[in-house]
Amino acid sequence: MTELAGEANVAPAPPRSALQRVLDSDIFYSFTGSPVTIASAVITLLLVAAALLAPLVAPHNPFDPASLSIADSLLPPVWNKDGVSDYLLGTDDQGRDVLSTILYGMRISLSVGFASVLLAIAIGVPLGLAAGYFGGYADAIIMRVADVQLTFPAILTALLIDGVARGIAGPQAYNDVVFPVLVISIGLSFWVQYARTVRGSVLVEANKEYVLAARLIGLRPIAILFRHILPNVIGPVLVIATINLALAIITEATLSFLGVGVPPTQPSLGTLIRIGNDYLFSGEWWITIFPGITLAVLVLAVNLLGDWLRDALNPKLR
Amino acid sequence: MTPTLSVRNLRVDIPTRHGVLTAIDDLSFDIAPGEVLGVVGESGAGKSITGAAIIGLLDPPGRVARGEIRLAGSRIDNLPRGEMRRLRGKRIGMIFQDPLTSLDPLYRIGDQLVETILTHEKISPAAARDKAERLLTEVGIPAAGHRMASYPHQFSGGMRQRVVIALALAADPALVIADEPTTALDVSVQAQIIALIKRLCRERGASVMLITHDMGVIAETADRVCVLYAGRLAEIGAVRDVVKRPQHPYTAGLMAAIPSLSDELGTALAQIPGAMPRLDAIPKGCAFHPRCPHVFDRCVAERPPAYATGSSDAACFLHDPQRAVAAAGGAA
Amino acid sequence: MLAFAIRRLMQAVGVIVVVALISFALFRFVGDPINQLVGQDTTPEQRAELRQQLGLDDSVVVQGARFIVNAAHFNFGISYQFKRPVSDIVAERLPATLELSVLSAIFALLVGVPMGVYTGLYPASWLSRVFLAVSLLGVSLPTFLIGILLIFIFSVDLGLLPSFGRGDVVTIWGTWTTGLLTTSGLRSLIMPTITLGLFQMTLIMRLVRGEMLEVLRTDYIKFARARGLTRRAINFGHALKSTLVPVITITGLQLGSIFAFSIITETVFQWPGMGLLFLQAVQQVDIPIMAAYLMLVAVIFTVVNFIVDMLYVAVDPRIRIRGVQA
Repeated sequence: MTELAGEANVAPAPPRSALQRVLDSDIFYSFTGSPVTIASAVITLLLVAAALLAPLVAPHNPFDPASLSIADSLLPPVWNKDGVSDYLLGTDDQGRDVLSTILYGMRISLSVGFASVLLAIAIGVPLGLAAGYFGGYADAIIMRVADVQLTFPAILTALLIDGVARGIAGPQAYNDVVFPVLVISIGLSFWVQYARTVRGSVLVEANKEYVLAARLIGLRPIAILFRHILPNVIGPVLVIATINLALAIITEATLSFLGVGVPPTQPSLGTLIRIGNDYLFSGEWWITIFPGITLAVLVLAVNLLGDWLRDALNPKLR
Repeated sequence: MTPTLSVRNLRVDIPTRHGVLTAIDDLSFDIAPGEVLGVVGESGAGKSITGAAIIGLLDPPGRVARGEIRLAGSRIDNLPRGEMRRLRGKRIGMIFQDPLTSLDPLYRIGDQLVETILTHEKISPAAARDKAERLLTEVGIPAAGHRMASYPHQFSGGMRQRVVIALALAADPALVIADEPTTALDVSVQAQIIALIKRLCRERGASVMLITHDMGVIAETADRVCVLYAGRLAEIGAVRDVVKRPQHPYTAGLMAAIPSLSDELGTALAQIPGAMPRLDAIPKGCAFHPRCPHVFDRCVAERPPAYATGSSDAACFLHDPQRAVAAAGGAA
Repeated sequence: MLAFAIRRLMQAVGVIVVVALISFALFRFVGDPINQLVGQDTTPEQRAELRQQLGLDDSVVVQGARFIVNAAHFNFGISYQFKRPVSDIVAERLPATLELSVLSAIFALLVGVPMGVYTGLYPASWLSRVFLAVSLLGVSLPTFLIGILLIFIFSVDLGLLPSFGRGDVVTIWGTWTTGLLTTSGLRSLIMPTITLGLFQMTLIMRLVRGEMLEVLRTDYIKFARARGLTRRAINFGHALKSTLVPVITITGLQLGSIFAFSIITETVFQWPGMGLLFLQAVQQVDIPIMAAYLMLVAVIFTVVNFIVDMLYVAVDPRIRIRGVQA
């Protein structure tokens, strides 16, 4: 009788490179399997690229008052009989080329959006980690503050901070600091989501054995938080961040639309829409509609990416 | 006599993007009326999937790919959805593992019982309430009349499982599938619940398919036992035979691994080396051969059918009658 | 249960107090009230006298206490812009926003919940896909854009609905002006209600759908199927009830914030309500109105939340009745 026949007939799989592991992963599979997600990713990339390269790509610079001419104002898009090929999508009431303003405006929307998301993460994640890990007073205080803030929707918080800044700085000085104020006001409106989610994750992870082991070895709390707990928390944070980005872009546009956002000399998509709103009834629809479509497409694409990310990272659906 | 349940060549496939996984491969067994069949195996061996396939509740994308399932002689694996639903509860009952999550927390248990009864019987609500109360008393819930108005979270684990049993038996099914009914309970309660299931089913003449990984429960409760390995049948036979004289090397390994009071102090615990293969890495030939102490060439190449051995049936080439002849005739 | 109610009450009061303190801080530290109230040529002596009259020379603590007491009576002083008592202005504008908010909330619930239930029960049907696409739009389009688009289609293009204002309003119960009793009032309400409610409706729909899908995967639904219960009993008896219970709290949170969201809608439609008032106050740094608005939002939000919490307790027996420790 022969002795134990070797190992199983299944040959061991060859080691895969890191790239192969990514291509093989479930996440990549769900990405390539969904044409909608690919389309949104492509669109987002295109829009971001267009915004980044605006100075190179845009036919005009709408932020330079010297280049504007009132004579060119309120021109319709090029396919209209009164349109001019210089201004493909028409001009607004100050002679600004709508296409160029959209490109530059997207820049503002995207940069304010990204910056405020980063700020919200920079505030929310550490606060959530602290609240979850240290508990006690820190937890109580942070969560009470969060509760109070949740009473007010983001737009209200942003408006408030904006108004306070305006009141403190005075109208002239305000224009100089408007961008940081915008980023801070939007960022401060959104940190709570991160803090709560991170705190929840920390509470779950902190009870697990690997954390106990780390504490027994004598690792300092900061080290434990950053090396062990944080990686487990990244997933939900990423998902929130994409949704947050869409909301941040919308909030900036809303603030600009309401007239309390970016200064009128540097219009963002929201400002354009506001300007165009006055001209809807008199027939100059392009000032509102084109920026509106751009805004909608941008936010839609970001939302779709966020949706895909959430489904891909959801352990229950895997 | 027609068996209550007859499973022939059952194959359950789970299509995934990496390929098709075969969770159950060519499984055949019968359960006679009033009999308790234990289905035993490690986690992942396919016990629960077998139960789910029989009652028609396989989680998609899992599906019955081949084979026949017959309930009292008539096929049920190919019934349309509506008819299968009518069967469930009425002719096949099922008890799940975790009583905490088996009951809807928002409804009183009396209402849940009455709902189940009224689904299967055309009687008045008042008669249904009476029957519900009687069922609760039967499963050992004291002050049944009062407890009808309680919510699931007001019961302890053992009591909840009794309610679950009452619900599963409410319509008097001919076959009861109990999927690990005591795993989530305290040890002290386990014996009571098992005894309850056995008694109630015997009183009703129902057959039981008792799925568990606990050999001890099987030894105490079942009439026959079926051992599963990697989705395939390893051995099936009367409990006494399988436990005292296991014919399949896997079963023998399982039995040897159970420590006994008569073992000498200092004896090492026996183990079966290796682990049960995952569904996407099942070896060719006999699924157990990489871990088998008696493996030889044929085991690696061919898959053994179930051979009758005189006591139980075992899927092992060791029991191939021709092999005995060849061994007797030629060199070993 | 009583302990639970009391605890929630304390929390609610806590939030309101904190907001009151923030409002007070606004009052005290942002801008100079005197400069806002008087003209250029008021002499420094007159200013000093006014300052003393208004009690601005007292200590911070005294001013704070006075502020809170006044706030409790809803007295926020004089508006810097309009030179009229804030409470009068608020009383004029509040009905417009309340009507709009309540109607939007009802719209969001009546449309969002059924859509969510349907897409949860039949996720593969084409109608579900349509609903999901609509929901995606609802979340992606900024509220003001929705309003503008609606105006563009229904006012500019089709000329069917009015694009601004409340239409004709009728005064009932002394001071409450309502647009519900006139045709023009009702027509004016349609687009703003949809605009304000669309975002909430989308959120509710997605929430209900998510919960539904979760619930349908639970063990007790599986056991219900194993018992042979009818599809209707499972879907609408068990699954639906379990879905709606957690949805109640989150929906309450959302609906409480509709009041504040009205800022945007009111701007687009020139709706003479609290939101538009607040926006103008921010632009003009009219602190008393800002403070009053903040308090109002906090109170409405906390009240709605409290009601919702009580509702939740009433519906979920696990909280209402103490059970056995598992």
